[in-house]
Amino acid sequence: MVLKIAHFGSLAAFALFASLPFLWMLITTFKQDADLYNRANNPFFFNMAPTLAHLKELFHGTLFLNWLLNTAWVGVLVVLITLFLAIPAAYSLVRLAGRWGERLGIGIFLTYLVAPTILFIPMSRVVANLGLQDSLWSLVLVFPTFTVPFAIWLLMGFFKTIPQDLEEAAMIDGYSRFGAFIRMVIPISTSGILTVVIFSFTLVVQEYIYTLTFVTTASRYTVSVGVPTFLVHGDVYNWGALMAGCLIASLPVVIVYNFFVERFISGLTLGAVKG
Amino acid sequence: MGPAVKTTESILHNRNKQLGFIFDNKNVLGFLMIAPAVIYILALVGYPLVLAFIYSVSNITIGSSDFSFVGLKNIQGLIGDFDFKTALYNTIYFTAVSMIIVLVLAKILALILLKDFKGKFVIRTLVLMPYVAPISLGVIGWLWMLDSIYSPINWLLQHSGLFGPDFWPMWLGKPNLAMSAIIAVHVWRMLPLATVIMLAGLTSIPQDIQDAALVDGAGYFRQLFQITIPMMLPIMLVAVLFGIVFTATDIIIILVLTRGGPYGSTQVLVSKAFFTGIDAGDLATGAATALFLFPLLAAVAIFMLRIARRAEVA
Repeated sequence: MVLKIAHFGSLAAFALFASLPFLWMLITTFKQDADLYNRANNPFFFNMAPTLAHLKELFHGTLFLNWLLNTAWVGVLVVLITLFLAIPAAYSLVRLAGRWGERLGIGIFLTYLVAPTILFIPMSRVVANLGLQDSLWSLVLVFPTFTVPFAIWLLMGFFKTIPQDLEEAAMIDGYSRFGAFIRMVIPISTSGILTVVIFSFTLVVQEYIYTLTFVTTASRYTVSVGVPTFLVHGDVYNWGALMAGCLIASLPVVIVYNFFVERFISGLTLGAVKG
Repeated sequence: MGPAVKTTESILHNRNKQLGFIFDNKNVLGFLMIAPAVIYILALVGYPLVLAFIYSVSNITIGSSDFSFVGLKNIQGLIGDFDFKTALYNTIYFTAVSMIIVLVLAKILALILLKDFKGKFVIRTLVLMPYVAPISLGVIGWLWMLDSIYSPINWLLQHSGLFGPDFWPMWLGKPNLAMSAIIAVHVWRMLPLATVIMLAGLTSIPQDIQDAALVDGAGYFRQLFQITIPMMLPIMLVAVLFGIVFTATDIIIILVLTRGGPYGSTQVLVSKAFFTGIDAGDLATGAATALFLFPLLAAVAIFMLRIARRAEVA
């Protein structure tokens, strides 16, 4: 009985620690300013009536909607590019490349570790030389550098679990190797592909440093950089709208992600743990 | 009479016409399917990486198109610079401390989450939020939690009596407190990832081993330290490696929370590289600063390779 309470208690403590900022975001989104900036009031309750004013301010008074659209647009394009590059590559590494395929696969995965923090400075020059400075296309071009390696790794793990007999059967039926790949392997891989889509999109939404470096016009920012940079007017933060923005941009990602965690971990631990 | 069973190779061999060659031949097809990804990575990761090294021994800046080699002058300049040394120290310090805390907490949390219970899905969603939500947005939440006037944390602790009436820590205003705050937020962020990885590791320990230990009369802690932890070592290592990479290369928490202040006490390598290279325009020094992370990342990469090879054998 004591064990149960301790179990529940520590769980509650961890969950609280993890979600505290977000819970506070939720409350503050609907809190009136006079309520918020009053030190005497309990920050965790509504001491005055909740308000929708911050949401209105967020959507009408700032570029938040632009940023959301930019993020979505970049996300979709990057995911498509990632799928286009990663699916054939992963298949090739697993089925067609033999011994050195495994090595190459690990090598590609390691580039995931290198990417933004070391590369952002020379990358800024590359982007400028291509004339993509301050354009969302620079993001579309560069983001796959961290989504593709990880996608290839995830998909490799996934393709390994598909028995070869399916493709053999297709080839005996008259399809070419490539045809077997398109007709048999891809339809079966929908869950793996969906996982890659979710994670790539998450990585895009979270990205900060490339966006900060390449983009300078306010309307072209993504949510991740736009909110901290522009909803902070000097030293005066419009906290209500700010929190609303953070919450709206975070929640969908979190909810969807939770469904795919196991597969993600399996990929992350290099197959040391079966997902 | 020919063979009773046709093999796939013989079938494909019979169809080896012009186009068939591309779509059937293992080597050609394999090469073609992987080529786009490899070309892309070489062009946009390999090339900038080489550039980073070249920049660090040059005098390139954002404004001019001047370019000449200056040898190790940039690096020598950095090593003598106090701000740089602080950044280097902070990077190592933040990473080490937060990783140790995360490791311990994640182990505990994973053990707790191991048992099935009602509402596990909801709890897991909550616990995952710090890692999954866009980093900058979560950190902004912390900006207020640690605010010098309105901090809800301080409010709570003061109203519950734990803080005296005059004790109101300026979390982001004093160097030591700021460093602790940064470490706390790093822990907050990495805990979900580490926990989920450890959880996966825990569930993969074969049941028979645990049963055998019980039969042999091993108590809970004995089991923990002599079976569970050793068996989970590869997984823990993976969690640590990823934690190190994500913490040492993080710029968002610093930029949003303190911007390297107060008085540059929470500066890390990446933020320093950003301020020097992009804000101030000195690309060469910025590149050199960021490159100091490379040995660390390379070491992590080698460790990963080792683990992967071991996983292959297992």
